[in-house]
Amino acid sequence: MKHTISVLVENEFGVLSRISGLFSGRGFNIESLSVAPAMEEGISRMTLVTTGDDRVLEQINKQLNKLISTIKVIDFTGEDYVERELALIKVSAEAESRAEALRIVDIFRAKVVDVTAKSYTIEITGAPVKVNALLELLRPMGIKEVVRSGPVVIGRGAKGVAA
Amino acid sequence: MELTGSQILLESLQKEGIETVFGYPGGAVINIYDDLFDSPIEHILNRHEQAAVHAADGYARCTGKVGVVIATSGPGATNTVTGIATAYMDSIPLVVITGQVPTPLIGNDAFQEADMCGITRPCTKHNFLVQDIRDLARTIKEAFYIARTGRPGPVLIDFPKDIQVQKHRFSYPDKVEMRGYKPTYAGNSRQISKAAKMILKARRPVLYVGGGINLSAANDELLKIAELTQTPVTTTLMAMSGFPQRHPLALGMLGMHGTFYANMSVTECDLLIAVGARFDDRVTGRIDSFASKAKVIHIDIDPTSIKKNVAADLPIVGDLKDVLSKLYVKLNENPDDLQSLVKGTADWRGNIDAWKQQHPMSYQASESLIKPQFVIEKIRELTADDAIISTEVGQHQMWTAQFFQFSQPRTFLTSGGLGTMGFGLPAALGAQVAFPDRQVIDISGDGSFQMNSQELATLVQYRLPVKIAILNNNFLGMVRQWQQMFFDKRYSQTCMELPIDFVKLAEAYGATGLQATKVEDVEKTIKQALETPGPVLMEFKVAREENVLPMVPAGKGIHEMVLAS
Repeated sequence: MKHTISVLVENEFGVLSRISGLFSGRGFNIESLSVAPAMEEGISRMTLVTTGDDRVLEQINKQLNKLISTIKVIDFTGEDYVERELALIKVSAEAESRAEALRIVDIFRAKVVDVTAKSYTIEITGAPVKVNALLELLRPMGIKEVVRSGPVVIGRGAKGVAA
Repeated sequence: MELTGSQILLESLQKEGIETVFGYPGGAVINIYDDLFDSPIEHILNRHEQAAVHAADGYARCTGKVGVVIATSGPGATNTVTGIATAYMDSIPLVVITGQVPTPLIGNDAFQEADMCGITRPCTKHNFLVQDIRDLARTIKEAFYIARTGRPGPVLIDFPKDIQVQKHRFSYPDKVEMRGYKPTYAGNSRQISKAAKMILKARRPVLYVGGGINLSAANDELLKIAELTQTPVTTTLMAMSGFPQRHPLALGMLGMHGTFYANMSVTECDLLIAVGARFDDRVTGRIDSFASKAKVIHIDIDPTSIKKNVAADLPIVGDLKDVLSKLYVKLNENPDDLQSLVKGTADWRGNIDAWKQQHPMSYQASESLIKPQFVIEKIRELTADDAIISTEVGQHQMWTAQFFQFSQPRTFLTSGGLGTMGFGLPAALGAQVAFPDRQVIDISGDGSFQMNSQELATLVQYRLPVKIAILNNNFLGMVRQWQQMFFDKRYSQTCMELPIDFVKLAEAYGATGLQATKVEDVEKTIKQALETPGPVLMEFKVAREENVLPMVPAGKGIHEMVLAS
């Protein structure tokens, strides 16, 4: 089962290798990982997507918590949360497909952020399923390059999570 | 007052109460060694950085204090890795300080550069690269705090050479504030009450005790609970000195080379109380048949140990000393229940006694061949109760665990988790530094001994009277045993063809060498060694193809033992 976990860590030397090394050393999966500074100074927030059964997930949570650099671990499984991913997609756009590409972009509320005579570069933000759906529709036109950020998540409701 | 980085290090070590460090100098720590020249801190010069770490580890295992090591960058630092991994697997508190190339050169493949934080990340509890002299004192404070608290473990500080000579005002922090590290000491009282209820209802309970019992110094609390409830106690390799082995409730070791009655008790029990143990594969054998009839209470300070290999019906996170003393109080609250527990479990203890009679720990005695188990029994007989015993890894290690019958905490130093050959001699050295007046004996095999035999020089230099007993079978005996049992006796690369003259080797270093080739020499040799001042090496020419039994073959349940005939 897929799990999305946020980890608040001290933003210090080698912290990313501690997290990624923990996953590789213990044979845990990482499907995606995104890292950036958190709200508080000196803290980074990682969002990672992993898969595993309950026993594996319990170990992942505990092992992450055990790291000295880890301040907080939040497993969003079973919680109500907003999930967003950013993707940049370079797609062939010539002759009649140019108009079709723009229609699709419009339907998805995506944006064209770079244009050439032969291509569009499209920016889309949304849940990973939405990004997947857009990619599916663009595929027949010829996708040249895709960059995905991996999802970031935040819990719904008024309460915020801080370190 | 302004001090250099290396002076700050040594001052901080003194603030931590460190009197002795183990190490080996080199270019990237030369400033530290220059300041050490004037420092009251005693430095033991081992002959290999790996041995320095094992020595600090042995020192830590028998004292409960943090062991400290200094090594230079590059090869000096990488040599420490096996020692660090050994300590990590057995939760031993160490602070290892490695020199590093100057900060501007880091990452440039400089001379004697190795990425020590990268290399030791998976085998340290935590590690630090000092990047700014202003962080140095706080880093050292945190390193010691992390090493000794919670589930203890080794911490590495990588210390670049340029920061060693920079100056900064020295003030050592009083307190540690780390938002990411707050180990749980107090056990949850509701969980402890539940545990008491489960124990009082049990009819076939067993206490399964691991190395945490010594680390937490909860030996008395364990003994009190075992006696109060009359619950039999089986101990892992790491806990053989954690519970008196000649106590009527002691079942000895469990697992691959456990006693028949310990393994049968765990297989048949209806309640397994795991205390500071981590269900290692050498303990459990085939996992689905391990304690398969039992409810499991698992008490450990490290949440990751719980439910890692075996599901726990009742987890309790906390320090054993705290949890066991609260549990004792809880159990005492209901004298009637307690009485009916002791009465209700009498049959169970009767069963166990029958297993003990059926297959006691034994070996085939011999009048013509020196049996290794016999040597171990004799060492036991001729040494004091507080003698500290270290071992290397292999058959001699298992025989020591099986036959030595330890009676006092922290008297058995052995590499359990990593299984590091070459551990025992330097560990004994470290123990002798800690306790100059106690008997310290390294029980060794001829294979393991050669992995750190250079430490004879260190013993002689510091007049450390460690006694070494090599059970010499000219084999890498444990691997040979596997080859005999599971590989058709194809002894591939396990016969140590070259007979070493161990007596001469000892003498070459300035130690005393003794040899026993006949059964009647054994006692005499041990007595002579114990009476001889300074380090003594005893070589016992033992029966070559003796096997460690019982043995649970890989992949079998622990009740499926090959027993001694």
